[in-house]
Amino acid sequence: MLLAIDTSAGSSVAVVDRDGGVLSERSVPDTMRHAEVIGDLIKGSLDDAGIAIARLSGVAVGMGPGPFTGLRVGIAAARAFGLGANKPVVRVVSHDAIAYERYTKGHQGGMLVVTDARRRELYWSAYVGVDEHGLPLREDGPGLCKPDDVPHSALERVDTTEVSAGALGMLAEFLFLHGRPFAANEPLYLRSPDVTLSNGPKRVSG
Amino acid sequence: MNRTEPLVLGIETSCDETGIGIVRGTTLLANTIASSMDEHARYGGVVPEVAARAHLEALGPAIRTAVADAGIELADVDAIAVTSGPGLAGALMVGVGAAKALAVALDKPIYAVNHLVGHVGADLLDAHGGPGHAIDLPTIALLVSGGHTSLLLVRDLVSDVELLGETIDDAAGEAFDKVARVLGLPYPGGPQIDRVAASGDPRAIRFPRGLSQPKDMAAHRYDFSFSGLKTAVARWVEQRQDAGEPVPVADVAASFREAVVDVLISKAVAACADFGVPRLLLGGGVVANARLRQVAEERTAAAGIALRIPALSLCTDNGAMIAALAAQLITAGHEPSTLHFGADSTLPVTLIQVVS
Ligand SMILES: [Zn+2]
Repeated sequence: MLLAIDTSAGSSVAVVDRDGGVLSERSVPDTMRHAEVIGDLIKGSLDDAGIAIARLSGVAVGMGPGPFTGLRVGIAAARAFGLGANKPVVRVVSHDAIAYERYTKGHQGGMLVVTDARRRELYWSAYVGVDEHGLPLREDGPGLCKPDDVPHSALERVDTTEVSAGALGMLAEFLFLHGRPFAANEPLYLRSPDVTLSNGPKRVSG
Repeated sequence: MNRTEPLVLGIETSCDETGIGIVRGTTLLANTIASSMDEHARYGGVVPEVAARAHLEALGPAIRTAVADAGIELADVDAIAVTSGPGLAGALMVGVGAAKALAVALDKPIYAVNHLVGHVGADLLDAHGGPGHAIDLPTIALLVSGGHTSLLLVRDLVSDVELLGETIDDAAGEAFDKVARVLGLPYPGGPQIDRVAASGDPRAIRFPRGLSQPKDMAAHRYDFSFSGLKTAVARWVEQRQDAGEPVPVADVAASFREAVVDVLISKAVAACADFGVPRLLLGGGVVANARLRQVAEERTAAAGIALRIPALSLCTDNGAMIAALAAQLITAGHEPSTLHFGADSTLPVTLIQVVS
């Protein structure tokens, strides 16, 4: 049983069980209020599922890609929850959760998952289908591009504004069951911090 | 919840220090600080996104270290405290998200508190873990760092803090960084200016004292401005360079520092006199500046004002001061914050605790 958290788009929190499925899920689509809502979403999801924290086997968290400020809130929360509850944290690429949900709902063949990266850019991930366990096969990405430069034009494009923590948590359950690797522990920012290197002081006199 | 000697873990991520502190009442048990200052050095100032990324990576290890240093179990804490603001929004949100999840995981109450009032609360603690002490009140508090320059009147730590004035442009610490760049000194500027100024003459150049003219004192008696000073220093240096003359770096540094310190302490001492409060408390990273401490000691002694300067490890941003302030709120019977509060980059100092 896992607590699943994703804030790569809106904020979504769920409690999932490999056998029982999604036991609870609470989401707020607002892409600006992650820090405000995350505590209530975690508390509410646990209450809805009606399970004691001690019964969780871990925490699953979406590592993006997603706009940084919001993405970090979920990762910080997942890590802190893991620390407080003394549970391991496993990482999932958020786009994989989007693809997994589509495939479990019957999507066939390839797909290109596309989400908003702000500043008139997009995040994308390319999938060729699923493996023998129904887990999505990501062939390329996640990547960042301008709207006119979206790659893999042959794939069916799936534009999404929400990531379901329930889907993310279930994917984590089956990745673990089938011994598949989790995502790396670094957030998928895919963009360097916005900084200008100083070239020495600017003149103030005319 | 233990309301006499509450065990509180405080999380501070408002700028470039990831601070985790643990206190029991007014006794300091742990004060872990991870700074991303080195990562900002090449940019000449704090880069918010760089700071926020560093907080995310530093938080977990810092919490583990603090818990080990304090010799407690996380499950033992009575409450979690976190800085809600003011500060850098993206940086604050990392701490707020982590604090809420930690509170839910531990099933403990959470207190969202004001960073600036936290700086005042730092004076409750003994940096070496000895017994803390009450703060003599009322007191004037001068908080000076790279992020803020504020003058407060504190009548009660948990219920009555008034903002008398603040900077209307740059924070004092920022001015040090910018003038250091003009003088070709590395970041952070404060320690560099302090080092170079040691051999300079503070009276060599009369740089302007911002908002100290009679006309400014009417509207901005307790406010600060360092932007004009910074420009005046840059212009002075450029004129020397244009004339092909050497720049007396030590004299410029000493004269600049004197102008900053003069304004800061003059206004703080004036506030003490105006409000009949014979106490001044200093806080914030700029307290590391030797000349600031020296002038504060001289002028408060001359004016019969008692001066308090917490240890530097408690003056720079830290989680212990956040925990200490929350412990005072708990002891005074204040209820916890709800889980709905957010990060407020411009949180007014009058909001000591953000309830929801
Ligand atoms: Zn501060």
